[in-house]
Amino acid sequence: MIFVVFTEGALFAYLLFSYYYLAVQPHTPGSFPEGGPPEFTLAAPNTIILLLSSAAVAWAQFGIEHGSKWRLVWGLGAGTLLGIVFLAVQYFEWAEKKFSLPSSTYSALYFVVTGFHMAHVLLGVLMLAALTLWSALGYFNRFRYAHVHIGALYWHFVDVVWLAVFFTFYVTPHLGLSA
Amino acid sequence: MRLPRALGGWGVAITGLAGDARASQPLNYLVSHGLQNDVTLPLTKALIAVSLTVVLIIGLLIVAAILRRPGLQPVAGARLEVGPEGGGLSWIWIGVGLSSLVLLASIAWTVAVLGQTVHPPSKPKTRIEVTAHQWWWEVRYVDENPALDFATADEIHIPAGEPVAFKLIGGDVIHSFWVPLLGGKTDLIPGLTNESWLQADTPGTYRGQCAEYCGAQHAHMAFLVVAQSPQDFRRWRDSQLQSPAAPQGEAAQGAQLFTMHCGSCHSVRGTDAGGVLGPDLSHLMQRQSLAAATLPNDPAHLSQWVSDPQAIKPGAYMQKPELTAAELAAIRAYLGTLR
Amino acid sequence: MSASEYERTPGIGDSVRHPEIGERLKRLWESEPGLRGWLTTVDHKKIGLRYIVTAFAFLVIGGIEALIFRLQLSWPNRHVLTPEQYDQLFSTHGMTMIFLYALPILSGFSNYLWPLVLGARDMALPRLNALSYWIYLFSGIFLYAAFIAGFGPNDGWFNYVPYAARAFNGGPNIDFYSLGMVLFGMSTTVGAINFVVTFLRMRAPGMSINRVPMITWGTVTANAGNLFAVPSVSLAFFMLWLDRNAGTHFFDVPGGGQPLLWQHLFWMFGHPWVYAIVLPAMGMVSEALPVFCRRPLVGYTAVALATVATMVLGFGVWVHHMFATGLPPIALSFFSAASIIIVVPSAVGVFAWIATIWLGKPVFATPFLFFAGFILLFTMGGVSGYMTGSLPVDWQLTDTYFVVAHLHYVLIGINVFPVVGATYYWFPKFTGKLMDERLGRWNFWTMFLGFNLGFFPMHVSGLLGMPRRIYTYADGMGWDWLNLITTVGGFVFATGVLLFLINVVISHRRGRPAGDNPWDSPSLEWATTSPPPPYNFAVIPTVASRYPLWEDRMPRSVRESATEAGLVLDHGREAVGTGPLDAQPDIILKMPSDTIVPFVLALMLTVLFVGLVLHWWWLAVLGLLGTGAAALVWLWPRAELGETAEAKSG
Repeated sequence: MIFVVFTEGALFAYLLFSYYYLAVQPHTPGSFPEGGPPEFTLAAPNTIILLLSSAAVAWAQFGIEHGSKWRLVWGLGAGTLLGIVFLAVQYFEWAEKKFSLPSSTYSALYFVVTGFHMAHVLLGVLMLAALTLWSALGYFNRFRYAHVHIGALYWHFVDVVWLAVFFTFYVTPHLGLSA
Repeated sequence: MRLPRALGGWGVAITGLAGDARASQPLNYLVSHGLQNDVTLPLTKALIAVSLTVVLIIGLLIVAAILRRPGLQPVAGARLEVGPEGGGLSWIWIGVGLSSLVLLASIAWTVAVLGQTVHPPSKPKTRIEVTAHQWWWEVRYVDENPALDFATADEIHIPAGEPVAFKLIGGDVIHSFWVPLLGGKTDLIPGLTNESWLQADTPGTYRGQCAEYCGAQHAHMAFLVVAQSPQDFRRWRDSQLQSPAAPQGEAAQGAQLFTMHCGSCHSVRGTDAGGVLGPDLSHLMQRQSLAAATLPNDPAHLSQWVSDPQAIKPGAYMQKPELTAAELAAIRAYLGTLR
Repeated sequence: MSASEYERTPGIGDSVRHPEIGERLKRLWESEPGLRGWLTTVDHKKIGLRYIVTAFAFLVIGGIEALIFRLQLSWPNRHVLTPEQYDQLFSTHGMTMIFLYALPILSGFSNYLWPLVLGARDMALPRLNALSYWIYLFSGIFLYAAFIAGFGPNDGWFNYVPYAARAFNGGPNIDFYSLGMVLFGMSTTVGAINFVVTFLRMRAPGMSINRVPMITWGTVTANAGNLFAVPSVSLAFFMLWLDRNAGTHFFDVPGGGQPLLWQHLFWMFGHPWVYAIVLPAMGMVSEALPVFCRRPLVGYTAVALATVATMVLGFGVWVHHMFATGLPPIALSFFSAASIIIVVPSAVGVFAWIATIWLGKPVFATPFLFFAGFILLFTMGGVSGYMTGSLPVDWQLTDTYFVVAHLHYVLIGINVFPVVGATYYWFPKFTGKLMDERLGRWNFWTMFLGFNLGFFPMHVSGLLGMPRRIYTYADGMGWDWLNLITTVGGFVFATGVLLFLINVVISHRRGRPAGDNPWDSPSLEWATTSPPPPYNFAVIPTVASRYPLWEDRMPRSVRESATEAGLVLDHGREAVGTGPLDAQPDIILKMPSDTIVPFVLALMLTVLFVGLVLHWWWLAVLGLLGTGAAALVWLWPRAELGETAEAKSG
């Protein structure tokens, strides 16, 4: 799984490379980011939600390492729910945008990069849901929890990627990378 | 007999001692008639020489290594003697060491040549905008006085002995601007404007060619660069600013047909034909070639081209015109007046 | 819990004195006969051979395409093909050779050989191995289905925009190519993960990092590189597909996109990829050439480090494919210098191989001929690459036949020649039979002479200014005879390849029996029978040097490797996991049994892509759900793999 993380990490690196490459090209004022630098209203709390979900999953991991099955089930469950909340908030953020996928280069980048990330969150949520189910079925104990480790690693990765996406799309335009 | 000529061509390719490569090998860049290639060519030849030498040395070493002692014939399953591990590292040190010296020298020379080719030796007085289209070249001469601007196509006249600046614009897909005997290539990329310069040493006609794959007729997307003495160039330039004389007789009828059937794509200076999708034809008869340097410009080829372009450049945007033979003849007669 | 099944101390057995160990293992490891077994097997040897056969089939198809368009180019103004036919043929030829042949053939050899040379029972992730093959096969069928329907790629293998955009390329050609490449990229990625994990975890006890066989260095480097390179091109193709089908503006200029973004993304992948499709082949030569020189490879450590260095540098030279795009000269000169410097690690290999021959006693068998020929072709492809690395010279050379000559010397010289030599070398291991030596010599000389006859003149036609990718050319350019010679040489070369295939077929039917170790080789794959049993080794070998089977004869060698006595692992399908550096055994791995799930998952994934390319959204949704369901079944924790709490005692 660590190698999946490497290759997926490379994928996001190339996505963000494409963003920066297109961002530094000449643009008509106000078109990049389209509609001006994006607001933090939804994105900032959503970042915290995702971080909390990672914390919940980590709490579950430490739990099972000490043999605590209830921490495992509840931690994974909480992580799953927070992931779903993140997806829902992202949905509203998308719905609020005044532009759509074909509007401009910026809109394409915005929807494709956050869309790629959302697809990974969705995959992660499905993994966490399956892990929660398996934990509830009592499949894991303090010696046998490789699946939990692998799923959690992926989830933390998705979380870290979001920080990079968040920094790129929400922070850099306020730092002057905008037209 | 073609074979001896081809063998001669090999000699030319390797030595660059062409009689006049402009005619027999029009794209052979081991011959130079331009300042950029003059500077680059010694490096090119040196790299070829280094490469051939390396291949020769390595080849000899391989053969010597194989033959220096009697080899064994394979016998399945036989248990043979085995040499000790280790040893032979000096081969790697010496080989890599020598290679590195050659490589560093090549880098140094490369950088030196770059320094001489990136910018022209003096500020160019002639500025030309080239826009590449599938599959022809739009050429615009720009002057500080816009009244002196004019357009032509597929044939670029330049004054010999002085640098000329090119602004390279991608019209549709990516193409590459290349006049091998004068200098290297530069791509024409939509959305970007690239700069380049050329300087021909002596008057002459140099062939250019699109070098980036651009679709069905990439093969037939050539052009000519005609280097002239500064006086001839000025004369040519003045002639381009004139409108062609009003046609008479059959040609006058052809002019009407031309405007009606061809004028939405082609322009002729001073007439109602003002299309911009195809080449400007104002002074077509002054050009040496037709259809992006695909055909020689003579009446027979002109008729052939106008009556069925798809037979010569399948996939080109110019369609077979739905005209009678008489109408085509009239149009050809008109084109013949565009001097 | 201390007496866990996974930390138990396995017994030591002697496979010679106790043949019943093998009997027991055979029952555990053998795949079912018939179609069911064929679709469910996870045996790396079967998967490896499938890769090899499939990749050779693509080589033949791609070669026939080339012969057809060489007829078109054999003389000025020929009309064998229309421009559109020519464009699809040359693009499909490139796609086939570079993607569907060049890497899969090497993955095939590595798949077959790795567990054997490493002294393991299978790859680390056998089910992923099967998945990777099935996706490869389906992506190849996907791409060729389009070609047969008349919608093959028509913008060259590197598919530059804007010509690949909907505005200039209205048919479905590029949609098939884009999605097919994304699918193919998944196969590559899955395979790459498997190689890297196997390299780190599956080596025989004692096979520390400085004792691994040379063949694994090339493959692991290539695949580690692919993990970082492939996402770039998959992303580029996906963005292109969106541009064409969802109206996005990544690359189209009127919408604010940038055509050069495509070139950056493509070549950030493309150049590492070039190394990925030659480094494993160079590893094969480093592995097998010394056998025919009767001494170990000169400079093991230097060659291994050079392999890794080539890949690392390979990520820093992509811009040399873009020298003519008008980027700032300062940036270009950096990439120019890097492209020249990358010759250094290649020189390490060349001198190591020559020194190995020089200091050894050559055995004139067919594989030796191919490897020795390879060194010369490698050098020729190397020096022409060095010439194109020099920026001002490349402004002339690029996009001419000189580059075509260069890339064929690289791909045929450094991939096809070693691969054919490797086939002669390992064929006895695959089949238990030797290939015919006499036919082998004819095979080599026809290929070698035909290749040089065909491709060397391309350098000259390039220097005479012949551009790439033209479907025809005018008389009087000085290229006529050169092209005729190239076409003739191409046919001679093809005849050589045909001789090779004939030799394979004949030898497979009635080749001489080979015995376990016909070449008297030093590495572990020759310590088992030819062909090997499904479990590879009855007992796990222990390794104490780089050349375990030569220890008894090699001067100053340790004599402590053991192949007949070793760990017996027979509680189900088991393998031993070892540490990444020192290869000390640390865990008993429970290996999965045969399963249909990888096949189903690959099929469902392909259904998804077929749905996408045809815009049959219901089919795409079906494929997606099917993929998800297959993945869930795959990942469901299993007690027999030691994945659940129930598995605590064995």
